Amino acid sequence: METTNVKVKQFLSKFFRKHELQDDEDIFSLGFVNSLFAMQLVMFLEKEFGIKVDNKDLDMSNFKSINAICELVDRKAS
Amino acid sequence: MELTEKQLQWKDEFRAFVDEVVVPHADVHDREQYLEPQVIQKMKEKGYLGSMLEKKYGGMELDWVTIGILNEEIGRGCSSVRNLLTVHGMVALAILRWGSDEQRNHWLSTMAAGEKIGAFALTEPEVGSDAKNVQTTAVLSDDHYVLNGHKKWITMGQIADVFIVFAQCEGKPTAFLVERDSPGLTTTPIDSLLGSRGSMLASLHFENCKIPKENMVGTVGIGLSHVGLHCLDYGRYTVACGCVGLGQACLEQSLQYARSRKQFGSVLGENQLIQKMLTEMTVNVKAARLLCYHAGHLKDQIDPDSIMETWNAKYFASKMVNQAASDAVQIHGANGCSGDYPVERYLRDAKINEIIEGTTQIHEMLISKNSLRNT
Ligand SMILES: Cc1cc2nc3c(=O)[nH]c(=O)nc-3n(C[C@H](O)[C@H](O)[C@H](O)COP(=O)(O)OP(=O)(O)OC[C@H]3O[C@@H](n4cnc5c(N)ncnc54)[C@H](O)[C@@H]3O)c2cc1C
Repeated sequence: METTNVKVKQFLSKFFRKHELQDDEDIFSLGFVNSLFAMQLVMFLEKEFGIKVDNKDLDMSNFKSINAICELVDRKAS
Repeated sequence: MELTEKQLQWKDEFRAFVDEVVVPHADVHDREQYLEPQVIQKMKEKGYLGSMLEKKYGGMELDWVTIGILNEEIGRGCSSVRNLLTVHGMVALAILRWGSDEQRNHWLSTMAAGEKIGAFALTEPEVGSDAKNVQTTAVLSDDHYVLNGHKKWITMGQIADVFIVFAQCEGKPTAFLVERDSPGLTTTPIDSLLGSRGSMLASLHFENCKIPKENMVGTVGIGLSHVGLHCLDYGRYTVACGCVGLGQACLEQSLQYARSRKQFGSVLGENQLIQKMLTEMTVNVKAARLLCYHAGHLKDQIDPDSIMETWNAKYFASKMVNQAASDAVQIHGANGCSGDYPVERYLRDAKINEIIEGTTQIHEMLISKNSLRNT
């Protein structure tokens, strides 16, 4: 969980350069991300953690914060 | 970047196929505004309509660089045949990536074999670049969705068996598979386009068009962010590669002409002003090809940066080919303005690439914003 958190944070920092993102902060409400972000995030998660995100996972609440993303990764990886 | 032995073999195979099957028909496609059934048939026999799909569905399971080479070579021969590969693949990949198991099992083998052709229906008469505001609606009624609206400029709309259609569902962009024979769907051919004239475009009219509710792709609200952009990523990549091929065709045709046409007692190629155009064409085609290979290579690595690199490649390649085609016509003089040489078709086809899969201006907005944020 610790390393998942660090890796996710590192990936997201590219998009949130001027903002120190908190673990439970709503990513989408901040207005930093563009229309391609959702796809880039899915690709990153699949490659970095060897998981497969499918249409059943596409509930936005799974992607809304660092914590939510880490929980999804943990759930899929186990 | 170097191609592997296998990729070079594929390139030779694609090149031979295009010279034998596609190039001889490209003029007819343009003039008569349709694709010769025998060309489509030969594409099917080669398996090219399944080039982007896995072997388990009967596809070719090519790596992304090789998919790029295929689209480059087909694009060198005929932009409309390449458009077929583009829109068909967009639908197949949407189903593969975000479809249900049932949708994958139902569609992918027949699409890989080319028995069913797919087309991509996003644009409307009133909504182009501003895609998330499409006006077509989908409303759930018992176990059906009911679609109402109008799609325009749909490549292969005259022959496709299945459309991926983007509509507002519960106020959010959502993707649906709509079969051609669905009740309430009618199609009208669009003709007399500037370029891509063999691409058999159509308008689609949905009037209380009923489709089974299982035909939604993904979930409500992810129609553009996940499904549409996934389709468009492949669309953009294959269009970019097609531009490289079209640029190569401009170059080859121009070199041939510059070697043979004589004015003022020497061939055109001896003239430094002509040499300058040939130099720019040579180098810019190579540069665009390298951007495409790079994007393809990143796709093979499943690298998230592949998405932006695909935007970069499409932007550069589509602008490049317009200059290349314009110079090719210039080098040919009056002959270049006539139907006796293919370069006038190249010029008309080139322009379309700056409009489809995101216009040049949309690319300029997105690429610059990305640079401002990340660099
Ligand atoms: C041959 C052909 C095939 C096509 N095939 C398909 C297909 O298969 N499926 C499909 O869904 N669509 C298809 N299209 C439609 C195509 O995707 C759209 O034409 C494209 O998205 C642009 O939309 P538009 O034409 O409505 O232009 P608009 O969005 O109205 O734009 C008009 C002009 O304004 C510019 N512009 C728009 N917004 C801005 C802005 N904010 N800032 C600066 N400039 C701006 C554009 O770049 C463009 O130059 C096809 C089009 C053609 C010509």
